[in-house]
Amino acid sequence: MSFWFWNGLRRGIQTTRYPKSMELERGVSPGRPVATSFKSSAEAEQAAGQCPVGAIVARDSVADLELGRCVYCQRCHFGARYPLDWKYDYEWAQIFPGAQDFAVLPKPYRKSLHVIVVDAGDCGACLHEVKQLNNPLYNVHRLGIFFTPTPRAADVLLVVGPVSENMRVPLQKTYEAMPDPKRVLAVGACAISGGVFGRSAMSAGGVASILPVDLEIPGDPPPPLAILHGLLVATGRKVPAAGAQVS
Amino acid sequence: MAVIRATDPPAERLDREALIADLQRRFHCDVAATESGTIASIRVTDLSELRPLCRSLFWDAGCGFGGIVVEERPQSWEVRYIFLARFAGWIEVLVSLPLSATTLPSISAEVHAADWHEREVEDLFGLRFEQHPRLGDFILHDQFWGEGLAPFRKRFDISKAHSNGQNNVSWRPLLVVRDPGAFAMPVGPVYEGGIGESVHFMLETVGEDVLRAIPRLFFNFRAVEKIAEGKDVGQALLLAERFAAKSSFAHSLAFCAAVERISGVNVPLRAKQLRVLLSELERLRHHAGVIAGICESTALAVSAAHAAIIEERLLRASCCFTGHRYLFGLNIPGGLRRDFTEQQCQDLLSAVRLAAKQLETLEDRLSFTSSFLDRLEEAGVVAPETARDLNLVGPVGRASGCGHDLRKECPYGLYKQYEFQVPSEKQGDGYARLRVLFQEAYQSGTLVGDLISSLDSGPIHAPCQSRQGFALGWVEAPIGATLHWLRLGESGLVERYRIITPSFNNWLGFHVAVEDFAFQDFPIILATFGLSATECDR
Ligand code: SF4
Repeated sequence: MSFWFWNGLRRGIQTTRYPKSMELERGVSPGRPVATSFKSSAEAEQAAGQCPVGAIVARDSVADLELGRCVYCQRCHFGARYPLDWKYDYEWAQIFPGAQDFAVLPKPYRKSLHVIVVDAGDCGACLHEVKQLNNPLYNVHRLGIFFTPTPRAADVLLVVGPVSENMRVPLQKTYEAMPDPKRVLAVGACAISGGVFGRSAMSAGGVASILPVDLEIPGDPPPPLAILHGLLVATGRKVPAAGAQVS
Repeated sequence: MAVIRATDPPAERLDREALIADLQRRFHCDVAATESGTIASIRVTDLSELRPLCRSLFWDAGCGFGGIVVEERPQSWEVRYIFLARFAGWIEVLVSLPLSATTLPSISAEVHAADWHEREVEDLFGLRFEQHPRLGDFILHDQFWGEGLAPFRKRFDISKAHSNGQNNVSWRPLLVVRDPGAFAMPVGPVYEGGIGESVHFMLETVGEDVLRAIPRLFFNFRAVEKIAEGKDVGQALLLAERFAAKSSFAHSLAFCAAVERISGVNVPLRAKQLRVLLSELERLRHHAGVIAGICESTALAVSAAHAAIIEERLLRASCCFTGHRYLFGLNIPGGLRRDFTEQQCQDLLSAVRLAAKQLETLEDRLSFTSSFLDRLEEAGVVAPETARDLNLVGPVGRASGCGHDLRKECPYGLYKQYEFQVPSEKQGDGYARLRVLFQEAYQSGTLVGDLISSLDSGPIHAPCQSRQGFALGWVEAPIGATLHWLRLGESGLVERYRIITPSFNNWLGFHVAVEDFAFQDFPIILATFGLSATECDR
């Protein structure tokens, strides 16, 4: 069965160079809508009206974005009457608006970070994108990032999904079992704002109503590199997206 | 459970009209008119005949079982048992009860696949099924919820919090195996290398051998069917697309099909072709992902890496083609949101061809790797009669010779016009499931090629006004048949939305069919089933 060995060698290294240099291959990110100027404030209002989840906010003649709410319905994109500009990047992780004095993890965590993922009512997309990080194309082991099934060994908690009522207690228990220092990352629109599921008797409408969230990674789902960016921000190896200063 | 009766389903086309005439002769039932000709409706007038009638449809006539749709109308309960007359369309058995009714006969002793449907109805609507042996503690977990909540009743306001958020620590799971030395090993809901869906298993074991793996699902229950109520079609579409991302295109397509059927819209030809194309692209990507999961579960790292690369490349190709890695935001009632250029199609085609070729190489290599085959062969065997008994759908069913494929048996969209094979195996073990996955992936790749070379030009969208009415939309999702039953009210808002998913169907099959295996085979068996918890939970 040596063909596995030769086959592996022949393919060569396919892993992305990110974060050393930017990954430029098409398709690694669906991009995101960005704030767009329109001719008049009426047009900006119209543009905001296209969004089914209220992610677009009209400020004078500018249609601004609350990316954490965007569910990628493409209604402001393809075939839209008032299309928004799109930007094809992926460094989206930012400090959660409600987070008090976020601080990056201490230095030893830079080269060895253990991550636990909890599926709290996720549709499978965000979870799958997290899983892709273990794929040879991303291979986060090279950066000293490891996924662990046990909360006792975890430094970072990635939560995907709006937190369904049946997952509330398991999520809390997982968080409590993690040693300090620990950081919580809300991955995807559902974990940030409840997404299309919102707040109901069966869904908490986002992680922040259960746990203190430090960073948010917008997107529905955020592509693997956006999640990787979030993990790098947590350890201070990258700066968060929206200019906010990290202490 | 009752004794399994092994009857081979008739492979040939059923005659739906003769079947219904025969039922009318033997039972007290009316043939009700339906709004569209796609479903033949039988109304049962004598409740005591419900069970023999369903039995007759499932076992004697060899129909497939679709699922149960319960609806609370202003004056009555309407319960629909949906069956598929193979190659001849749908049959629904309709039961009306006064709203004051609290019980109805259980059919799951005859049609075993109805078991979980009945438990679900009891949990969500509070309707009890007479003689059902195990009701309660299903979707609403007993450690968090009291009995009698019935959140799907119209009077229940889903927008407010109801749980007290307490953990009832005295709750204990039901143990089936009670022998000296036997114990249950709990696994989950947070487990599996850190990146797994939320499922909990009670592995009942006497040491090394696991006698039963009893799944405890619905950790991801978000009440999608209920929160869709009162929303307009555009908002409900977002839910249909986002409750199970791995087959989001199939689910949004089934939802759109239901809306289009209600509105009587004719989807333009090009949109129909593109929908087939995108469905097959999704199937190919999905199967590549399941294959990667199987390779990973056997700890054959190089093959897992290869399969994962194939999947990621397909995700990227999907993103370049449609603008979204999981095909969100494409389907709209009446057609598609966007069109594609010739160049985009050609780029997609080369990516799909490459993926198919790499999958072939992978399969070839795997078939020469004895350490891999040893772990898959005879792992989690589902005998053909068990598969039929539990009405398994999708690749899992086809690996056990129970090959319902809605693309063939009840064609929707343009599937009648395209040539493709539905692979079928008899062994029903993990390896058979893997072979079926590979074969289906190749067929999908070929179909994508055929479509791209024969795309017509024209519009991709027809205006679709939502109207009052109800309809069924069905699609063969990557893991099997999915049915979306939709009723729109006067103002075009959703009144009842019922989603029957293949995972719901096959999870029931999984734990009943898979018994008595070695502990270390558990992840492998699970991976070969390729089930999605979130799709089951909704
Ligand atoms: S893609 Fe959809 S959800 Fe996102 S901003 Fe545009 S309209 Fe809103």
